[in-house]
Amino acid sequence: MTTPVLQAEGLTKTWGGVRAVDGVSFALAPGEMLALIGPNGAGKSTLFNLLNGQVRADAGRVRLAGDDVTGLPPRKLWRRGVGRTFQITATFASLSVAENVRLALLSHHRRVFSFLRPSGDLFAEEAKELLDRVGMAAQLQKACGVLAYGDLKRVELAMALANRPRLLLMDEPTAGMAPEARQALMAQTAAIAQAEKIAVLFTEHDMDVVFGHAARVMVLDRGRLIAEGAPEAVRADPRVRESYLGKQG
Amino acid sequence: MAFDWQGLVVQGLNGLASASSLFLVASGLTVIFGVSRIVNFAHGSLYMLGAYLAWTLTAHGPFAELGGFWGFWGAILSAALTVAALGALVEMLVLRRLYQAPELFQLLATFALVLIVQDVALLLWGPDDKFGPRAPLLRGATEIFGARFPLYELFLIAVGPVVLGLLWLLLHRSRFGILLRAATHDREMVAALGVDQKRLFTGVFALGAGLAGLGGALQIPREAVTLHMDMAVIVEAFVVVVIGGLGSLGGAALAALIIGELHAFGILVFPRITLVLVFLVMAVVLVLRPQGLLGRGAATAPVAAPAPPLPGPMPGPLRWAAIAAAVALVGVAPFLGDYPLILLADFSVLVLFAASLHLIMGPGGMASFGHAAYFGAGAYAAALLFKHLAAPMEVGLIAAPFAAGLVGLLFGWFCVRLSGVYAAMLTLAFAQIAWSISFQWVEVTGGDNGILGVWPSGWARGRLVFFYLSLALSAAGVLLLRRIIRAPFGLALRAQRDSPLRAEAIGLDGFLLRWIAFAVSAALAGLAGALFAYGKGSVFPSFLGIPRSVDALLMVLLGGVQTLTGPIVGAIAYAGLQEQLARLTDCWRLVLGVVILALVLFFPRGLAGAFRRRDA
Repeated sequence: MTTPVLQAEGLTKTWGGVRAVDGVSFALAPGEMLALIGPNGAGKSTLFNLLNGQVRADAGRVRLAGDDVTGLPPRKLWRRGVGRTFQITATFASLSVAENVRLALLSHHRRVFSFLRPSGDLFAEEAKELLDRVGMAAQLQKACGVLAYGDLKRVELAMALANRPRLLLMDEPTAGMAPEARQALMAQTAAIAQAEKIAVLFTEHDMDVVFGHAARVMVLDRGRLIAEGAPEAVRADPRVRESYLGKQG
Repeated sequence: MAFDWQGLVVQGLNGLASASSLFLVASGLTVIFGVSRIVNFAHGSLYMLGAYLAWTLTAHGPFAELGGFWGFWGAILSAALTVAALGALVEMLVLRRLYQAPELFQLLATFALVLIVQDVALLLWGPDDKFGPRAPLLRGATEIFGARFPLYELFLIAVGPVVLGLLWLLLHRSRFGILLRAATHDREMVAALGVDQKRLFTGVFALGAGLAGLGGALQIPREAVTLHMDMAVIVEAFVVVVIGGLGSLGGAALAALIIGELHAFGILVFPRITLVLVFLVMAVVLVLRPQGLLGRGAATAPVAAPAPPLPGPMPGPLRWAAIAAAVALVGVAPFLGDYPLILLADFSVLVLFAASLHLIMGPGGMASFGHAAYFGAGAYAAALLFKHLAAPMEVGLIAAPFAAGLVGLLFGWFCVRLSGVYAAMLTLAFAQIAWSISFQWVEVTGGDNGILGVWPSGWARGRLVFFYLSLALSAAGVLLLRRIIRAPFGLALRAQRDSPLRAEAIGLDGFLLRWIAFAVSAALAGLAGALFAYGKGSVFPSFLGIPRSVDALLMVLLGGVQTLTGPIVGAIAYAGLQEQLARLTDCWRLVLGVVILALVLFFPRGLAGAFRRRDA
């Protein structure tokens, strides 16, 4: 069996007496697309932040390709090949689209602490290629501060891909987008992930997106994983139906 | 030897009396900040006005005729009420237009008020110190443990807690107070509930100003009324408010107590470093508990406005005009007299100083209220090398940036961890520590007398050569900054300002980026400081003083923080304006203040922004 890209072992986090994440363990194989779903307040965001280094776990381990990375800050996880997108897009508003991606590339190639060389043309080609893959090559010179929301999501994706990640963590990748745009973005993501053998873990509210693109689905409820498996199996799971999808069946 | 209990008790009481006065001013400042998020630089001016008005009212007019108990207290209270009314007026005329503006612009506006009030006070009351009457019934002294202690000081000790109590009642038992507390907590929510914000804000300003006025008025029996009261008290009040926690009344009281007693006992225990002590305490508090002792949550509000995209290059004609002007300057210089050459050398130095501050304020997204610390560090490095090692100018100019850069590394390591107003205040605290050292460590720095005879080497002693030298080094410094901003490092620096979250997620270490920028900025400010020292032939503690830090801040803000052109234009405009006004009129502060107000109100993007195309 190959080493999982990402492995959580008994992750636990308590917020003021409430167990937001309670002994969660799972593994993610290379190139796999895994969706994390659950009702509001199930602990998805906390679990996500435990995995991406933003929040420190009370107990449990996180392994990246077998290495223990528990407690590493986000910037060190990026160095180990983790790309991220945010629920509310985070890009550099005063920088152009190209500069945003070029900076991610500069960081990846450890060229940030260069003080005298103009940054103008460094990694311009690579940045253009990345932006081309997410369909943003036409807006290279626009400042991120003036982009449409859906386009910002695409720029984020391009930045997340700049370090040739083995794992993409996407928190609500399609939140705030129109339905058609959602499907397009996720189809794009899936295609790239498949081509590059990138494992993707994403949280999502839109069930069409989840069942349309995830190879496997995990369901979180009150901090615990209550089901996981192929989308169809999860959809049919009575516990999932009860806690999450509602009892309409 | 018997321990001097008497002395300690008296010192303790003295501490309480100054804590009480300090609390009056600081409480007004903190109440205003809590609701309006405005750091009111002019609060010390309101305090000074309170003192002057009280002096006038006790000496002239109906209260003076009335005399006695009612005459005195009527005058004190009327002075406080007049200042409250002035505060309301200022809020309605100026600050109301600036609530949406970046914090630093609000600060700039209130600093303009400081300048205006200084000259108005000079015009109305003249340069001489004023001595007020002593308070009726409180003239004498009482015996405490066998030591005589003035009754008025005892009265002042009581005023603090009484005012705190009244404020507490006002805040917790009146509709106005409840709205005020609600607005401190969540301004948007209060607005959404349909509360008339305008009246609330005006009321808060009147309240805060009245407290400052009262604090000032109450000083007239115990100390002379002078034109320096404003700056002296505002710095202390800032310290108190920051230590206590911005917006926290209880915090202000606690911090006033700490600072008051620290002054009283510090003089007994560490007579040599009393000035450093206060700011050291503030620095320690800010590092350990950034939100202040009783403050709720650290203020994370960014000081800079959400940065618009970098403007496009300077329009062609303007660019050529600038280059032509620079060439003309170099060509014309040999035909100029000594005085213009001295001025031009000063201007070059100020341009470099402002440009160095711009690196951390613009691309870095941090504010420094204490940039003079690094300017002064460079100047003193050069002067000390000269004094103790007889080092020539060439050595001094090379050593200065390194010395200032090291100081920047040290101070910056603390400062760049904080954000917003707190970071700004910490830079101010460190600058004051540096100033105190230069002022109090007389053996090494010469104290107030400074270090004299720091002249350039023989070849550069001519005014013309020295101007060329200043121009060349400043230009080199500015070009270096320009390169840094355009290099990958500059890109990353702007990135961490725009989105700390995303910067971290692509592997950028925001702390490290800001720290390095801080040190680079300090080093270039140090070069400017050293040049300035050789130009003047001397260094003084004023090189590190607050006014010089404010100069730098004004130059950058006037020019606009978006581009490097901004601080250059700003420095020339500010220094030129100051110099011209000083020649034309005695009231240059008044005119400068009005000009700054006009600029802030009408050109919120700075002077350089006004000349640029709006699109990127």
